[in-house]
This record gives sequence, structure tokens and C-alpha cells, in this order.
Amino acid sequence: MNAKIVTVTSGKGGVGKTTAVANIAVALASSGAKVCCIDGDIGLRNLDVVMGLENRIVYDLVDVIEGRCRLRQAMIRDKRFPELYLIPAAQTRDKSAVSPSDMIRLGDELRSEVDWVLIDSPAGIERGFKYAIAAADQVLVITNPEVSAVRDADRVIGLLEAEEKGNPSLIINRLNPSMVKNHDMLTAEDVIDLLAIRLIGVVPEDEAVVVGTNRGAPIALDAKSKAGEAFRNIAQRLQGKDVPFMDLDDQGLWARIQRMAGRK
Amino acid sequence: MNEQLFPIQIKGLRDGLLITVGDGEWAALETALLEQIHAQESFFQGARIALDVGTQILRVNDLVSLRDRLSEQGITLWAVMSESPTTEKTAQLLGLATRISKPRPEESRQFSVDELSDEMALFLSKTLRSGTRIEFPGHVVVFGDVNPGAEILAEGNVLVWGRVRGMIHAGAKGDTSAYICALDLSPTQLRIAEEVSANLKPQKEPRPEIASLNEDGKLQSIPWQPK
Repeated sequence: MNAKIVTVTSGKGGVGKTTAVANIAVALASSGAKVCCIDGDIGLRNLDVVMGLENRIVYDLVDVIEGRCRLRQAMIRDKRFPELYLIPAAQTRDKSAVSPSDMIRLGDELRSEVDWVLIDSPAGIERGFKYAIAAADQVLVITNPEVSAVRDADRVIGLLEAEEKGNPSLIINRLNPSMVKNHDMLTAEDVIDLLAIRLIGVVPEDEAVVVGTNRGAPIALDAKSKAGEAFRNIAQRLQGKDVPFMDLDDQGLWARIQRMAGRK
Repeated sequence: MNEQLFPIQIKGLRDGLLITVGDGEWAALETALLEQIHAQESFFQGARIALDVGTQILRVNDLVSLRDRLSEQGITLWAVMSESPTTEKTAQLLGLATRISKPRPEESRQFSVDELSDEMALFLSKTLRSGTRIEFPGHVVVFGDVNPGAEILAEGNVLVWGRVRGMIHAGAKGDTSAYICALDLSPTQLRIAEEVSANLKPQKEPRPEIASLNEDGKLQSIPWQPK
């Protein structure tokens, strides 16, 4: 096996990095892939909660890096998918416990174990961001259709270019079609127009996401949820499948986005 | 100081220090440099440093960490010169100068844009994203957009073949005849010489515009008219 390492990052906090990692991981695992998620937010761990694995943690990322356990021991197996694992963040340490070269070493070790490694980056552009992207083959930049989130995403894309982690893909999260219609929210077009990178998914706002997050049951498992479908589509596009963008609105807006994203 | 044993040379300039580092592993050179600075703390206190790194290839990480560590010692790193285009690009991305301009600030005040030769333009074929700061002692031409949060400071004119939504300062050393033109001028702020304008409304229908100072010395922008 030769895993692909994907980092989800955003600059701004609270735009949905952890939710996206959990959902894309679940969607990849449900299609039969072997997946390992890494919570990169040392000191502020969340991904275990969102995936409903909090009570199974014995060892964490820092334990692996500092050699207190073997890699396999820190990989927590998911309740639903036997081929989905989580390496949780340490809660009692901080970002200084991990360096970019630690992550590269860990990523290389994981490559032979799984098909996909998903890294949940901490917010910000400091050390945590640097080590989270160090091992990545591909970076997904996630943003909300809000001016401040888009500004931070733009900064992050600039830093990725400078680090030669080029060609990141974009996820627009929590788009509210009715607010867009009333001109109260940036449109997906506005965001793509400014950031000018490849779009890999648009996730509509959905209350069920919060419910799923609190219950530790990612929404991608819910066949009826639009947001869940959007995350499943992102997983498929990551796997190289050409999935048409969902029609969330009948204004012809989505057809235009699909044109902008180079799809038909 | 024995140059063979110690590949770091320090020279005084009129407005700061020029440090030249030789070949070798960057981590070792950086440590050596910081050690030397630490040993002569009072000499370096408050200094402005230009660094010549020769052929070293430095990434953003390297320069950011060096700049931060220098600033802990009260030292400002303002320029990084290199023969490597990668390093030069890195320095530019961080808003550091990549050459020591000969004219001192007072002299360049009398420098009119008309006298600048054609070579004094910086051509950037990319979109400038938030956090990018370009400073250049001449004209700047951008083939791409200038996004919100990006800044251009040019002593000459600025021409953008794209959309301007960031901050542009033309005639940054006081040239009131400098101008800024773009295909779509919807900046967060424009400055020409000492004038600042923040009330430029974004256009509904983007059109090429040129911003300059009018007879009253106020910043105004007018649409480009095909003749």
C-alpha cells in the first residue's frame, strides 16, 4: 500500500476542519478504503469526540513521536469501520511537542499501513499549521462563505504556495442557499473567484451536522443528509471520480459553479 | 577574524550592517551567526541587518525563524540578497528587500518616475494573496490579482492586469506624479505619495481605471477611455 496523505487546513478556526476530516474519513472508509486520521491539534483535541472514540484513547500522537508506544498501539480502531483508524492528539501537551520532520517520519511510516492518511490541522499559520502540512501530498483548504474566513484561506493558500505545497483544493463549507438568494451571504462563485483554486466540494449548511458531531456520528453516514452527500462526493472526488456538483438551488447558480470548476 | 574558520563577514554600511555568509550547511551557519551576535550583544542592539546568503536556498521557514530570532535580540532584518531565485522569491514573499538600493532615502526623494529606467520595474506573474507584501524601489507590474490583505509599495507606478482588492501605495517615497492602473480597481485602500484614499467604491461593472492625484492633490480615479 502507498497511502496518500491529505491535510485539511483553513487558517481561521471554527470553519469545519475537524468535521470535514471526520466525514471524509468515514466516507472513504465506507467505500472500502483503509483510512487513518491524525488529529494535529495538540492541546485542543476534538477529532476523537467528533468520531465518537474519546473513551478508547490510550496512546496519542505525541506518545508515538516520543517513542512511548508503537505506531499501531496509538491507532484507535473505529466502532463502525474496522479499517478506519484515529491517532488522537495529546491533550496535556502543546504544539511544541511536534515538529514538521516528526510528521514526515510518521507519514512515511503510515504509508505502508493504509490507503489514506487524513491530517486535521490546527487553526492558525504557526507551528501547528507548519507540521500539519509537512507530510501532505495534497492539501484541502476549507472555508466558509464569509469575508474573514475567505481572507484567511487566501493567506493560507499563499503560504502553501511559498512552501511549494502547490495546487490545494477548496471546500466551501456551511453555504446557506437561502441566504445567498437574499444576497446576505457570499456566493460560492464569489469565493472561487477570489481564491482561484480548484473546487472539490460545496457543503450546505445543515443542522444535522451539529447533532452528528455531538453524538460522535459523522453526518456522512446519513444517507438522507445533503451535507452528508456533499462530504461523500468530496471523498469520491479525492479518489479521482468525476462526480457532478449537487444542485442545492434551482437558480442555475450551481451550473455556473460547475462551469467554473471545469466540470460539466 | 579568520575567514576560513569563520565564514561570516560583517561590514558596516551607511544605514546598517551587511552580513555575508559563506557556503556550508545553513543550520550551522545560522547558529554561528546567532552565537556571534549573542557574544557582541551591545554592538548589535537595534541594528538593521542586510544579509547576503550567496547561493543558499532558503525557504520561508528558514527566513521566518531567523527573522524572529534576530528580532528577539532587537535586530531588524530588512534585506536578504541571494544568487538563488528561490531564496530571492522567499525574501520577497516575506516583504524583505532583495537588494540594497544605492540612493539613500533623501536622494530618492528627488527621484522622479520619468527618470527611472525601464529596468526598474518588477514584473510579477501571479496573484498576490493576503499577507504578501511587495516593496520595490521602482515600478511594479502584476499579471494577476491583488487580493484583499496583500500590499504593494512601489516608489514608481503600479500597473495591475487584473483585479485590485488589496492595498497599493504608488510613489511611496513621495512622488506625486505616480499613478496606479488596473483592469478593476476595487481596493481596500490606495495611496499615492502622501495621499490616502479609502472611499473608492467597488464597481458593479468592472472597468479599467487609472488613479492619480488631481490638481488639488486629491486622489481620484477615472475610467480608462479608448481614444
